[in-house]
Amino acid sequence: MEPTILKFIVRHSAREQVALLVMTVAAFPFLYLSLDLPKTIVNEAIGGSEFPRELLGHSLDQIPYLLVLSTVFLALVLVNGAFKYVINVYRGVVGERMLRRLRYQLYENVLRFPLPHFRKLSQGEIVSMVTGETEPLGGYIGDAVALPAFQGGTLLTILVFMFVQDPVLGAAAVALYPIQAYLIPKLQRRINALKKERVVHVRKLSERIGETVNGIHEVHAHDTARFELADYAERIGEIYRIRYQMYVLKFFVKFLNNFIAQITPFFFYAIGGYLVITGDLSFGALVAVLAAYKDLSSPWKELLDFYQTKEDARVKYELLYESFQPPGLLDPSLRRGDLTEVPRLSGVLRAVKLDVREDADAGSGHETSMSFRVEMPARVALVGGSGSGRKRLATIIGAVRRPHSGSLLVSGVDLARAPQMLTGARIAYVGQDPKLRAGTLRDNLFYVLKHRPITPVSYDSATAGVVAARLRDARLAGNSEDDTGADWIDYADIGVDGRESLEHRALEALTIADMADDAFALGLQAMLDPAAHPSLVERALQARAELRHRLDEPELAGLVEPFDPSVYNTNMSVAENLVFGTPRDDALRLDDPTASPYVLRVLDDTGLTDDFVEMGRSVAQLMVELFADIEPGSELVEQFSFISGDDLPQYKSLLARIPAAGATALGESDRRMLMALAFRITPARHRLGLIDAAMQDRLLAARELFARGFGDDAARPAVDFFDAERFNPAVSLQDNVLFGRLVYGKPRSAVRVGAAVREVVEKLGMREAVIAAGLDFSVGVGGSRLSPSQRQKVGIARAVLKRPDIMVVDEATAVLDGGSQERVLENLFREMQGRTLIWLVQHASLARRFERVIVLEDGHVVEEGEPQALDRPDTVFGQLVAAH
Amino acid sequence: MDLQTEVELLRKVPMFAKLEPAKLKLLAFTSQALTFEDGEMIFRAGEHADSAYVIMDGEIEILSPTDAGPVVSGLLGRNELFGELAVLTNSPRSAALRARGAVRALRISDDMFLKLLAENSEVALDVMRQLSVKLTRTHHQYEELRRELERRTSASSPLD
Repeated sequence: MEPTILKFIVRHSAREQVALLVMTVAAFPFLYLSLDLPKTIVNEAIGGSEFPRELLGHSLDQIPYLLVLSTVFLALVLVNGAFKYVINVYRGVVGERMLRRLRYQLYENVLRFPLPHFRKLSQGEIVSMVTGETEPLGGYIGDAVALPAFQGGTLLTILVFMFVQDPVLGAAAVALYPIQAYLIPKLQRRINALKKERVVHVRKLSERIGETVNGIHEVHAHDTARFELADYAERIGEIYRIRYQMYVLKFFVKFLNNFIAQITPFFFYAIGGYLVITGDLSFGALVAVLAAYKDLSSPWKELLDFYQTKEDARVKYELLYESFQPPGLLDPSLRRGDLTEVPRLSGVLRAVKLDVREDADAGSGHETSMSFRVEMPARVALVGGSGSGRKRLATIIGAVRRPHSGSLLVSGVDLARAPQMLTGARIAYVGQDPKLRAGTLRDNLFYVLKHRPITPVSYDSATAGVVAARLRDARLAGNSEDDTGADWIDYADIGVDGRESLEHRALEALTIADMADDAFALGLQAMLDPAAHPSLVERALQARAELRHRLDEPELAGLVEPFDPSVYNTNMSVAENLVFGTPRDDALRLDDPTASPYVLRVLDDTGLTDDFVEMGRSVAQLMVELFADIEPGSELVEQFSFISGDDLPQYKSLLARIPAAGATALGESDRRMLMALAFRITPARHRLGLIDAAMQDRLLAARELFARGFGDDAARPAVDFFDAERFNPAVSLQDNVLFGRLVYGKPRSAVRVGAAVREVVEKLGMREAVIAAGLDFSVGVGGSRLSPSQRQKVGIARAVLKRPDIMVVDEATAVLDGGSQERVLENLFREMQGRTLIWLVQHASLARRFERVIVLEDGHVVEEGEPQALDRPDTVFGQLVAAH
Repeated sequence: MDLQTEVELLRKVPMFAKLEPAKLKLLAFTSQALTFEDGEMIFRAGEHADSAYVIMDGEIEILSPTDAGPVVSGLLGRNELFGELAVLTNSPRSAALRARGAVRALRISDDMFLKLLAENSEVALDVMRQLSVKLTRTHHQYEELRRELERRTSASSPLD
């Protein structure tokens, strides 16, 4: 990164700036002509004599002469406008491109920050710097050369013009410039100081907001909202104070400039008028000078504004540079790496006088020094209490951190100096809290394999053009030209031969990490697109049939009421029974189908409308009777009532309005309100006795009519019907297999039926396909939709996927339950056979199952060797084992 | 079975007999009608108590834990209320219950049950009465056991 914004501009946009300058200079002659022409028009064409005149070989009378000159003036106006337009657009392009470059560089630096730097710089600050603070810089960069050149040039042109007209008037126009040149920078310095202060405060504010959002649980748990608000108010109050002072100064500068600009005409009227009267100046010249002066104030004002913008940009850039160029920035060559082939790591793992402290904390704490030697492959346990330096050692072996001094050598290569291309592919570090990103489970698994684009995609001609343009823009802005759309996975390197076999390998990895059952459960909950999963969908239908048989067995009998188009389902609401499917859009909502004219027509045609009104009246009466006395907002009402607490009074008054002729005589909207209630009745649950066998038959007829339609163009709402032969994409895979409703009032039926569904699905060999569907599960921001133990499992699974030569497990099974921990350990032992597994064990006793133990204490290796040999009462290891 | 039948059944439960019809209806409506098969557990000892039950049909066995495994120590029948004590004392279930034959029961949530007590002194009084009866009975049993123990210890002491 360049230390000043000027250097940044010169280094990366010199050519563009020169181009802007050339365009700007090219515009001046036209500008000058457009200033000069009015004088000729006034003096010669309007006020002149001696016609006809010669113009480019034509002789012209006064009127044609005037018209020709005016037309030339018009053309000049157009030319000037065109210049301005082109220059402005190009300036915008240059500015945005440079802004993009700057943001890219900042982000690149963030990726190269030494890890301790993140203790000083919070996420909130970085976000506000990269997005907010850079924003005004783009505008400035586009203007950096062209604007002062253009406005300065304009100013100069106008001044030259004025001096040519009359030196005295010219001098008068600039008489007060020295005062401005003296005062304004002085004021600006004070503004700059305030600007710096403000930036620092805004960063702190972003940091605090970020902290509050991250710690929102603490705020709620400890009722600190009021304190947070007070603290926040103080902070924005401080920013307000600074901004206020800045405004006072800024507008004082503006006031000064305006004032000076306003008093200059005084000289013109006085001196210019005098000169015209004495005949030393033509009247046309004075008019032209006055017009020119009016034009003069604009570039001058622009220049002064530019000065303020420039100072602002300079200060901002300086502050960015300070934060984004910390000492110890990772060498870019380590990150780029240009190995043609990434070698496998084997041989000896050796620590030589390793000081596990980081540069930042080297000043504090005492020196540590670790030396040991491990012949690879090996199964090594790191043992030690807190403060022993074991965590630091694990992250250094994992090539996540770099040691303060000393080195960790793998077959002679110092890991701190090895390119990340090597360490990233060959070493897999799994920490306690793997960070997931928003996206599918699959995205998160394969994320760790994406080191560099391997296979470019072949785009069709239309897309190829767009991509090429995108890459060209990236190149011009010094951005990455890698295509995220390419295939970034080096299949051969991780021992698979393509996408399909990688999917298979992902299932293996999930099994090793004990995550397969979790993924299976996620897959059962997934909604499948039949077009994307044709074979799974087909087998889901087989599973549906199979489950139907299972549900007839005595221990499951009566737990599920299956979907049958010809049978009324008493465990579904009336609305669900009528529609008998899942609406595809909001045109039909099952919680209130009365909004759909189609549904109303179905009821009318089957003669059910009046019955619905009557049923609705019964329900409304019961609800009012039951809940009218209960205090509003009671949980009871919200949980059980058909009518929400808010609507209850409305229904109460509706019931009172029912005329003697009955509810069916009510107005349309009242009738609909009642019908809406009838739609919500679920007979098995509500036991209201309103849906008797006769009513069920009539509702079945309505169901049939709803599905069949009217034979005219009345549009039926889009619905995925419950069809025994078809997969319903609007409900989960599990519900598709179940194809029915759990019967109300059967305790633990969900658990028992769920187990039966899983059994059937596994029996039909669908497990792999269901897990694959589970990989499409969207994990949410930071993996928040997964449990902490699932996140740990994903961390382990994706480390396995890399097929690393060295895997470092840093308490990465800490939140798994005992059985799961044991399975993962055994699986990893098997998986890492012939490769090196380094495990930071929580309990020393676990170390007995490893081939070697390295016992750490206070940053030193105190014991090393086979666990069987070390497990004696007189060793540190023996004591650590005994402590548990 | 519809709501009206349930209301009639609830009225036969002594504790709810004096409840006004609207309250009874609300109780029925907010309760869950459950069916249990022969041998199915209603709840187990030690479980969190979140509801009381009324038997509408069938019989339920009370299983008491002993060293030799659970033993049937009592039988509940139609219209009987059970599980309310654990709800009142907010303690875990003291015994396990198992359906003998098919059983239909109404499950009254703890919130609803406590609300009922708080708002109806008649019902609350009835609960107190029942508790007192149970307490007296337990006290009698305790006295009997104590006497029995004394008798046996005095009978065996001369041999020591």
